[in-house]
Amino acid sequence: MTHKLNQDNVHPIDMEQDKSEFVSGTSRRDFLSAAGALVVSVASGSLPIDALAQAPASAAASSAGAIGTTLATISNVKPALKAEELDSWVAIQPDGSVVAYYGKVDLGQGLDVAIGQIVAEELDVSYRKVKIVMGNSATSLNQGGASSALGIQAGARPLRNAAAEARRILLNLASEKLNVPAANLSIFDGVISVKGNDAQKVSYAELIGGKYFNSKVEWNKRTGNQMDVKGAAKPKLTSEYKVVGLSLPRNDVAWKVFGTEGNIADVRVPGMLHARVIRTPVAGGFAEKVDESSIKHIKGARVVREKNFLAVVAEREWDAVKAAKDLKVTWVANSKPFPEFEKLHEHIRQAPTSKRSEDIKNGDVAVALKSAVKVVEAEYLWPFQSHASMGPASAVADVKADKITIWTGSQKPHYARDGVAALLKVPVETVEAFWVQGPGSYGRNDAGDAILDAAMISKMLGQPVRVQGMRHDGTAWDPKAPASVHRARAAIDASGKVVAYDFTTRAFSRATIASNESDPRDSLVGMELGLPPKGGITFGTPEESYAFDNKMLAWEVIPDLIASASPMRTSHVRDPVGLQIQFASEQFIDELAYATGEDPVAFRVKYAKAPRDIAVLKAAAEKSGWEPRGNAKRDRRGPILSGRGIAYAQRAGTIVAVVAEIEVDRKTGRIWGRKFTVAHDCGLIVNPQGLRYTIEGGLVQSLSRTIFEEVQFAPDKVKSVDWNSYPILDIKDAPEEIDIVLINRPEAPPTGAGEATCRVVPAAVANAFFDATGIRMRQAPMNPARVKSILTSI
Amino acid sequence: MALTPFQVDGKPVQIDSDPQMPLLYALRDDLKMNNPKFGCGLAQCGACTVHINGQPVRSCVMPVSAVKGKKVTTLAGLGTPEKPHPIQVAFLEEQVPQCGHCINGWVMTSAAFLKKNPKATDAEIKTALDGLKCRCGTHVSILRAIKRAQTLMA
Repeated sequence: MTHKLNQDNVHPIDMEQDKSEFVSGTSRRDFLSAAGALVVSVASGSLPIDALAQAPASAAASSAGAIGTTLATISNVKPALKAEELDSWVAIQPDGSVVAYYGKVDLGQGLDVAIGQIVAEELDVSYRKVKIVMGNSATSLNQGGASSALGIQAGARPLRNAAAEARRILLNLASEKLNVPAANLSIFDGVISVKGNDAQKVSYAELIGGKYFNSKVEWNKRTGNQMDVKGAAKPKLTSEYKVVGLSLPRNDVAWKVFGTEGNIADVRVPGMLHARVIRTPVAGGFAEKVDESSIKHIKGARVVREKNFLAVVAEREWDAVKAAKDLKVTWVANSKPFPEFEKLHEHIRQAPTSKRSEDIKNGDVAVALKSAVKVVEAEYLWPFQSHASMGPASAVADVKADKITIWTGSQKPHYARDGVAALLKVPVETVEAFWVQGPGSYGRNDAGDAILDAAMISKMLGQPVRVQGMRHDGTAWDPKAPASVHRARAAIDASGKVVAYDFTTRAFSRATIASNESDPRDSLVGMELGLPPKGGITFGTPEESYAFDNKMLAWEVIPDLIASASPMRTSHVRDPVGLQIQFASEQFIDELAYATGEDPVAFRVKYAKAPRDIAVLKAAAEKSGWEPRGNAKRDRRGPILSGRGIAYAQRAGTIVAVVAEIEVDRKTGRIWGRKFTVAHDCGLIVNPQGLRYTIEGGLVQSLSRTIFEEVQFAPDKVKSVDWNSYPILDIKDAPEEIDIVLINRPEAPPTGAGEATCRVVPAAVANAFFDATGIRMRQAPMNPARVKSILTSI
Repeated sequence: MALTPFQVDGKPVQIDSDPQMPLLYALRDDLKMNNPKFGCGLAQCGACTVHINGQPVRSCVMPVSAVKGKKVTTLAGLGTPEKPHPIQVAFLEEQVPQCGHCINGWVMTSAAFLKKNPKATDAEIKTALDGLKCRCGTHVSILRAIKRAQTLMA
């Protein structure tokens, strides 16, 4: 049995039902409602793939400004890649299609689709005509790469403004060509015509196809996430949007399910050698002796070594794998730098404080606590966690005398380019980075180290080199998410009101190495070559709008376990420190609700002050069918205990609440997150279906971290090296149902969706666990062994 | 070194290698195929899954010498954009893969399973796919896709 397939015809929501309308474009139904619990407003008459907007040229769009005032100097010469050049952002092809250059990357959540929708919207062309190019340092500017769920929030801004500016210039060009005032022109799918006389027209292709604007935009002089530009044109009002708000499918699904293209692991360069980097199996170890004769029996295998950086190379990949396994190395370590595994959190409590920061300090918590009728206190523990990406990182570097080319799966390819240039001490202009999608990084995983390793080896050997890690490199050697201890205290007065709230985190820094690899001091190879580590000291506090009369949110960071080249160095993992902080703070809020005899939803709604927060809380509660049930004693005699719990948080403008409904198997200790209800407000929704999948994936990944994930270690080594020693969620643990309420707010700018849901899942599950068992689970992960041991007490 | 003749996606191939070299390296390094993927090299994740004479096998731990004379099918041989396997249609329609590094394992394993058990229940599907890893958390859409594939194959 075969199925004729055309990816463009695939409707991600309900293909069979919508297909005919989709293709013919005759539908006027609001097809988004088919997605279920969407609260999305969309103009009727929009065609998904052929979606385009027809709008008269507004006065604003044709008004002159300081930037790009007159017609652009159309020319065949493309100006240099600079933020202030319009041509760095958007180009009209000879056939009238549009290429937009995005300085971030998409990791499989469809950011390129959303950016394409925004560009199509501003330029008045059909979405089908827009191509997003991303990740090549020679064609896109450094917008910070994938970072902090800012792909749309920050990443779309300059592209939206540039597309609007391009449209303004095109309109002026047409006005001159047709000799008709711009105000009397309209644009439909890249064709500008005179209102009331469609025959009098000119297309984008005719005006500039294949040529360049040579027009300036105003750059805010920032690089990375904050980079922005604007022209004289005003972007459209959200009320005019026709393409933004549609559920359009991803571009990268078909090649993945057919295997017709490759990812970073599949980059092959003629003449390349395969390398495996060998890192110390004992923490802080030094390679005292390397017996090169031990790999003599492997054809072409060679040792590459400088200081404490050690690798093997071979022409065939399997030979490199064998050589890495067979090479005899004597590793020496001076100390056992890690605490006993069971004493990790005691170490965090006892260690000296490197820095304390009081981020929120309202009123006087100490005084209020003294006068309290009742004080509630609790402490919560979170482990080290690994990115443990689906495949260990791979990278290819070709270091030539005058030109260096790198292929990287790092989510920040421009910074990888900078790091390679700095490591090899060459001008950054001589390095070109090609980003190729890799195993999902979800933060700074092992990809940044892999590309610097490859560049180093390629330079030493004068040949192109492909580095790939083995499984233990991806699990034991990636930068980790920090372990933490969170202490919370609250004072309750005679009326049951919470009058003081004190939440303090003690932890390892969230980023002992930076979240990007632009400085070799933040890389393993740099540290192994003897560069002094930079170190970074920071953490974070809960993000919510609870108004307590006296409130303190603080953090304290303790010193690293090893200063240099540590397998336990920390950097960003998806929603950096959001999971650990909110696991504690939103569980403590639940404890306060019970302590004051209030329903957990009602308690949150009572103290949360931001209207959008309250709306999200109410939406999650309503959709999940939440009914207050007080503190009445529940029947907990059965083999399976069930419970429900809620948690909510803000994240950089986005607000999310999750209701978890779980089952606890008393015999096995297994927690099953059976059903989740999510209410999600990230401002204006660009692509509802893409948003929905992003939320689902983030939720399940966070559920995995909540229940299973914990880096195991001994005083002298990391013991989590594979999927057995670092278990993650399996499909039998996947939720039966994830019900998502999307709250669209066209009046609010779009904010991130890649990380917000992640941070509320742990507490929602823990609160459901309390509802089910009557016991607080204040330590993550809530794995079967820990659950079983805690359940013996009931 | 030894010569191992076998078939890949219907074409005869011959690999000259260490007989203990895993099949995965023959497919990826010698034959330059983009799937299967290396995920762990320990048969713990499934990213390297291929069919050998129709049976799903983790190619990262299968010595190439063991497939002598056998028929190896990879993701690219399971179906093509022109002639897709119903599982591929379903995974596409449900927009399953995010990073996609694991997807080979899910498609190949579920294709082999559904061939034998077209009417499998949810519980049977979960049992059959247990042990496959996905780091992006797409498990819920994977289950949706397999249900859809069952309908397509009915």
